[in-house]
Amino acid sequence: MYKFYIFLKYSFVALWTMFVVAPFLWALSTSFKDFQSVNSKVTYIPWIDYQPSLEGWKVLIKSPAKGGVDIVEPYFNSIFVTCTASVISIFLGTLAAYALSRFTFKAGFVRNNDITFFFISQRIMPPIVLSIPFFIFLSTIGLLDSLIGLVVVYIVLLMPIAVWIMVDFFNRVPKELDETALIDGCNPYQAFYKVVLPNSIPGLIVAGMFCIIFGWIDFFFAFILTFTEVQLLPVKVVALNSSVTPWWSLSASALVSVAPLIIVAFIVERYLSKGNLSGALK
Amino acid sequence: MNFKHKFVFLFPGLFVLIGILIFPIIFTIRLSFSGWNSYTPEMNFIGITNYIRLFTDDPRFWESFFRLSFLSVTTVILQYIIGFSLALMVWRDIKFKRFFRVMFLIPMMTTPVIMTVIWRTFFHESLGPVNDLLGAFGVGPKWLSDPATAKITVIIVEVWQWTPFMFLLLLAGLLSLPKEPFLAAAIDGASAFRKFVFVTFPLMAPISIGAIIIRLIEASKIMDTVFVLTSGGPGTATETSSFYIYIKGLREFQMGYAATLSFTYLVIMIISLTIIAKVLTKLMIKE
Repeated sequence: MYKFYIFLKYSFVALWTMFVVAPFLWALSTSFKDFQSVNSKVTYIPWIDYQPSLEGWKVLIKSPAKGGVDIVEPYFNSIFVTCTASVISIFLGTLAAYALSRFTFKAGFVRNNDITFFFISQRIMPPIVLSIPFFIFLSTIGLLDSLIGLVVVYIVLLMPIAVWIMVDFFNRVPKELDETALIDGCNPYQAFYKVVLPNSIPGLIVAGMFCIIFGWIDFFFAFILTFTEVQLLPVKVVALNSSVTPWWSLSASALVSVAPLIIVAFIVERYLSKGNLSGALK
Repeated sequence: MNFKHKFVFLFPGLFVLIGILIFPIIFTIRLSFSGWNSYTPEMNFIGITNYIRLFTDDPRFWESFFRLSFLSVTTVILQYIIGFSLALMVWRDIKFKRFFRVMFLIPMMTTPVIMTVIWRTFFHESLGPVNDLLGAFGVGPKWLSDPATAKITVIIVEVWQWTPFMFLLLLAGLLSLPKEPFLAAAIDGASAFRKFVFVTFPLMAPISIGAIIIRLIEASKIMDTVFVLTSGGPGTATETSSFYIYIKGLREFQMGYAATLSFTYLVIMIISLTIIAKVLTKLMIKE
């Protein structure tokens, strides 16, 4: 009975792992194909099934004038927008989360929980609902198709995440910590900055990673609010998804685009195994 | 603590958020009472005409809404079951624990639209590997061009993409559980099954509710996958609310009507998510 259970457990885990890696393996294999090996019949293993070619990867570094796919600029745009918006969101979100965790707010029927819910509820709005007014808003102030405009929009996307994670995290940092600091003669800002913040680094890292993930993977705002001046990575890759584009360069650019965040999976796992995440995500 | 300090902490974030959102929200509400479209691109006032149209003469929106409910509830239930099983399996002793944990986390780190582009080639009906392998058994489902199967394809891709998030929240919860109840159960000689039903599951209930609600919120925005995978098709078989609003607003440029749809959709979502949260809490936490 027990042996059977172990067997079941490992097969389930192994099956799911295969499901997880399947699209990556397929993309990796496809990225080395050429016209012949994609369109004749389905092929899997290089050298055995088909003759690998580097065509798919070469277009990534070729200039657009020579028929290449320029993903270098979108890459840096994506990094810039994601990081800037994340830093601002974490900064503002952490301050607000600290206030919501430590002080009592009362205005009419509004309590702390309601304010927290207000922050988090911004995630309910589908991008499409916001993108039409944002489109008009940004074109009025002249920030349509610009990096700054996208950063502004992404703050709305990311600050709720920062508040959500940090409120829960601060709730688990003992209150005595700030009280001791206050008795020792710190003012509330020093208590926060010198005592609470250094004890919240795991929470900050988790919140930061979540902001980076959700900023990096957004597609729709970038799709609606930018055209030619500024292009983010997902928009660029999806734009390749026309009938003209060969699967091999599509696969290569897709792999290059999703690669950097996979490192985040390792960092998250490390924090998970050390038990630091348990407080931050509950 | 001094009265004013708390506002110094709270207000920057709150006001930045309100400052960015106030215009879009007021604008959407105002726009929903106008007939802004590509023929008359102006902010006129046509009263509740749009709302009357929505409630009496637009079955397509309601169909897309029910489709969205079906898709998001199905995917979240699947994600919860699979995510919880995976979390339980790599919770304690298993070989290559850290390897599996990383593996299970990876999909949520990847950009949904970009992975969907890959999935599209993966499920390609004549050149994709799925139908090639299934061909050995003599079947070849039309993954993207049959109304029923297209829904399944969307669900598969969504489950692949977002089960890791559920897994992460639940595993973090499992790792933070106190040890004493498990010791007590072990002393009583409870079987693994009874331990799960009477100890693990009740302890995990609050975390489960939180995770399900968060996933429901995110799943209700399902758009990227549909947009790239099927474009709402075949016909309207995978058209969700977001996608329908997108078609009305940014393809047919019926901005006023799209705003009506958006606003109605938001109100329904906020009400139904609140109800779902209450019901789940009642169902899963028994005194």
